[in-house]
Amino acid sequence: MNIVTKKPEVLVSVHEARLHYQVGGAFAAMRGKSTVVKAVDGVTFDIRRGESVGLLGESGCGKTSMGRLLLKLEDTTGGSIHFDGEELGEVRRHRLKKFRSRAQLIFQNPFDAINPRFTIRATLSEPLENAGIPRSEREDRIIKALELVRLPEPEQFLDRYPHQLSGGQLQRVVMARALILQPEFVVADEPVSMLDVSVRAGVLNVFRDVRDRLGLTAIYISHDLALVRYVCERTIVMYLGRIMEDGPTEDIVHEPLHPYTKALVAAVPVPNPDQSHDPLPIGRGAPDPRNPPSGCVFRDRCPSAHARCASEVPQPRPVGSRLVACHLF
Amino acid sequence: MPEIAAPAIIKPRRPNILARMFRTLRLPVNDPFAVAGLLIYLVFIATAVFADQITTHDPTEILYTPSYDLAADLRPGQDGFIMGTTSLGRDIFSQLVYGSRSALLIGVTAAFMVALIGSIIGLVAGYFGRLVDAVLMRLADIAFGIPFLPFVIVLAAFLQPSIWNVVIAMALVLWRDTARVIRSQVLTLRTRGYVEAARVAGSSDFKIIVRHIAPNILPLSFLYGSIAIGWAILTEASISFLGFGDPDSISWGYMLQDAFASQALAKQAYYWFVPPGICIILVVSAGFFITRGYENILFPKLNR
Amino acid sequence: MTEPLLSVRDLRVSYQVGRSFVHAVDGASFDIPKGSITGLVGESGCGKTTVARALTRVIADNAAITGGEILFEGRDLAKLPEREMNALRWRDIAFVPQSAMNSLDPVYTVEYQLGEVLRRRGGMDRRQARKRSEELFEMVGIDANRLNDYPHQFSGGMRQRVAIALALALNPKLIIADEPVTALDVIVQRQILDQLKELQVRLGLSVILVTHDISVVAYICDRTVVMYAGKVAESGTMQAALTAPSHPYTMGLRNAFPDLQGAASGVLTPIEGAPPNLANPPAGCRFKPRCPFALDVCGSEPPVVDVAPDHPVLCHRARESAALRIEAAKTETWMARA
Ligand SMILES: Nc1ncnc2c1ncn2[C@@H]1O[C@H](COP(=O)(O)OP(=O)(O)O)[C@@H](O)[C@H]1O
Ligand SMILES: Nc1ncnc2c1ncn2[C@@H]1O[C@H](COP(=O)(O)OP(=O)(O)O)[C@@H](O)[C@H]1O
Ligand code: SF4
Ligand code: SF4
Ligand SMILES: [Mg+2]
Ligand SMILES: [Mg+2]
Repeated sequence: MNIVTKKPEVLVSVHEARLHYQVGGAFAAMRGKSTVVKAVDGVTFDIRRGESVGLLGESGCGKTSMGRLLLKLEDTTGGSIHFDGEELGEVRRHRLKKFRSRAQLIFQNPFDAINPRFTIRATLSEPLENAGIPRSEREDRIIKALELVRLPEPEQFLDRYPHQLSGGQLQRVVMARALILQPEFVVADEPVSMLDVSVRAGVLNVFRDVRDRLGLTAIYISHDLALVRYVCERTIVMYLGRIMEDGPTEDIVHEPLHPYTKALVAAVPVPNPDQSHDPLPIGRGAPDPRNPPSGCVFRDRCPSAHARCASEVPQPRPVGSRLVACHLF
Repeated sequence: MPEIAAPAIIKPRRPNILARMFRTLRLPVNDPFAVAGLLIYLVFIATAVFADQITTHDPTEILYTPSYDLAADLRPGQDGFIMGTTSLGRDIFSQLVYGSRSALLIGVTAAFMVALIGSIIGLVAGYFGRLVDAVLMRLADIAFGIPFLPFVIVLAAFLQPSIWNVVIAMALVLWRDTARVIRSQVLTLRTRGYVEAARVAGSSDFKIIVRHIAPNILPLSFLYGSIAIGWAILTEASISFLGFGDPDSISWGYMLQDAFASQALAKQAYYWFVPPGICIILVVSAGFFITRGYENILFPKLNR
Repeated sequence: MTEPLLSVRDLRVSYQVGRSFVHAVDGASFDIPKGSITGLVGESGCGKTTVARALTRVIADNAAITGGEILFEGRDLAKLPEREMNALRWRDIAFVPQSAMNSLDPVYTVEYQLGEVLRRRGGMDRRQARKRSEELFEMVGIDANRLNDYPHQFSGGMRQRVAIALALALNPKLIIADEPVTALDVIVQRQILDQLKELQVRLGLSVILVTHDISVVAYICDRTVVMYAGKVAESGTMQAALTAPSHPYTMGLRNAFPDLQGAASGVLTPIEGAPPNLANPPAGCRFKPRCPFALDVCGSEPPVVDVAPDHPVLCHRARESAALRIEAAKTETWMARA
């Protein structure tokens, strides 16, 4: 094979990425309250072409922020993100337009992601229009995209408004919109969390199927490891803007190493009457990104916390097939 | 967890353009007060449009009785002057009718300018945020600090007293309320998923504003426009009454000033100053009723 | 089964929409034993919330209980005068509405809102109310010195705990919680469920837990009532309904859930389609359009079959359920319909 024309294996490369939000303003600062939310705080990872990676963590851990950085919906406040070799900070104008057709987002809340004043046809036309697809070809592409996400008899939906569709149908339309320009990279931000559990299966199957068929590189964001496991071979566990553990999903499911991952694995609900009722190995409370603890950010909820955890930030270290950021390793 | 609706089996009809416009503007046709307000507006608009047909005389012409006396201070009905005449021999009825024309002109242009300027500034500030927002909102703060009537008087006097300058002066001050409210509305709209989705779909900022955001703030622009109508008419009346008005145009404020200066009150010439007063009250309160109707639609919790 | 605390017989609830009626609950019967947690499961739109609200008679303005009985300690709540019903609420039956955690009033402190219930409903004075509030916070695992905080100062999980504390305020015998953990993360969800279970055992409560997630039922419930399209498809002990589901709908629901303990290669099988529009439900079995086992006979009203003691199933083929379960475990079975 000709080495020169071979595409580099890494599609997305994130290095020490930071996204710090300024919140509260002058008033909070005067009272000595921290005014910076470190939604993403020094995150490093690569995604290879065709890989599906799960971003796992509780609400407020910075998963959505990370996804928004990857799609250049937000600019990093530190570090760098390269997409196919290009630093995202430098992607502008027509290159941004090109990037927009290559990297797409599947939204968490399908009821919010489609303009209620727009028909399904108008919704799906928008990206085509922006990409300069001639009017005559659009209908055809729309139907194809809706067929791709397995919406039966797509024609009947074209002139409907979003409120005339069920949640599962709407989420398929959202997916169709993301896929209609045949992107290479897709970020799915908890795409089934707003749906009834019974319709989740259908949407997840479509996602898996389409990803395989189009050879997509994908990020799947969720707080539920069971869902991540269903679609991703690799999982990155985040807590308060940092990576706690990164490795093959099956390894993480069967032998979580990081204390936070252990809690996440234990918390996954299973539809099985005979299951463990042991208390979760994690302290109460929610992650508070405004006042993270010193040292290890997980320290205040960690059952294994020790003296070193307060003074020293644990760096990700290779442990077998994985990276783990914990002083126990 | 949103309730998931059973899929509708009926194929929806595309509502016609008029129905869609009404829905977008959300005219308050269910509120009796607002309907009354709309009716009053309609009557005044019709009067203004057909002023030439309705009036019996030229409102600025000095008139004479059939016996070639100056037609000054005639009572209503005398010598065919429906509402009598002024001290300088002008027909009050015709002035009143033409007054609706300038009231309408001022009200509508001021409302249009206030709504337009305020909406654009609000949209731009809210959508782009950061520095743009900071600068525009400081400007709004400054506009909030300006005393309204003195500013309009000074500016109108400075730029020549004319209707247009009064309108411009008002627009320069009144855009602030519209802009503030629309900005905060845009701030929440901007975080809606479908706005972000449009960005991901590669739509330009201009397209996003026009297609996804502006339609949602149109009713608010209308609300603030309708508030501005009343304000504008009242302001013009005050300015004319104080003598800073456009000397070449007949307005209700001018009539009041004329009556006042001619000591109509002492002459008990109620037929002279009461009708323009009533007209001002009617038009201003009609604007108020419509505004209220709008508010009840837009902020339904207010009147619980 | 001992004498039930609550017994629902042929309950019917309808909503009026314009000139037509939505029969959201159409003949539901089930029992709630003392000291148990019962899961009321089914997809959105199956009438779970309507049942839950009908039990406390806090139903929408356009709703009416059109038939049936709700027997609670020998009284029929469906026919109780409003004044007596009102006396029963909070004291005997407490209701935690869907997204209760977001309906706390943002302008009052949590203590004020708890105090309001304790003083108005419980006739306590200020001091007693304060003491009880502290007790309640301790029960649901929140530090009592946060009583003076406003709802927005709490995380979602903590607000849900506050909502539970509110329901516990006057020591009710029965708590009905509508989707109490639906919007929460797995960790918080588990912690709330653990708390609920602990309280239920400690206080000897009965709980009805409305959810669309059968893994929640599997984790915490003793019994389950599966609803489909306004009717009870199947009810019984949680073990019976989940290890040996006998209604095709329950079998389908089970397949649709990812199982972290299962094999990695497993495929999730959705039940294609959606529950019917209850303004105009299909004749006969309402699950027929989505059921892979439907026969011609299913066009007629299915009977209630007791497949085991305390395990009624609303299905023509309930007696064949052992064989159907084997078929239902295969993905192809469900794909064929789609
Ligand atoms: N636009 C914003 N301004 C300020 N803070 C934000 C903003 N967006 C997110 N955050 C904060 O950043 C943190 C991470 O949020 P998010 O990325 O949404 O987490 P997740 O998706 O994991 O729930 C949260 O504490 C959130 O409140
Ligand atoms: N206020 C209402 N008016 C009319 N129909 C309603 C109303 N509330 C619920 N419904 C309908 O009743 C049915 C059952 O709803 P609900 O009890 O909320 O179901 P669930 O809680 O299982 O999702 C649905 O078809 C729903 O659309
Ligand atoms: S570094 Fe310390 S506190 Fe952090 S996860 Fe490891 S043991 Fe726990
Ligand atoms: S009655 Fe028939 S259609 Fe209904 S669930 Fe049973 S087998 Fe399926
Ligand atoms: Mg998120
Ligand atoms: Mg419900």
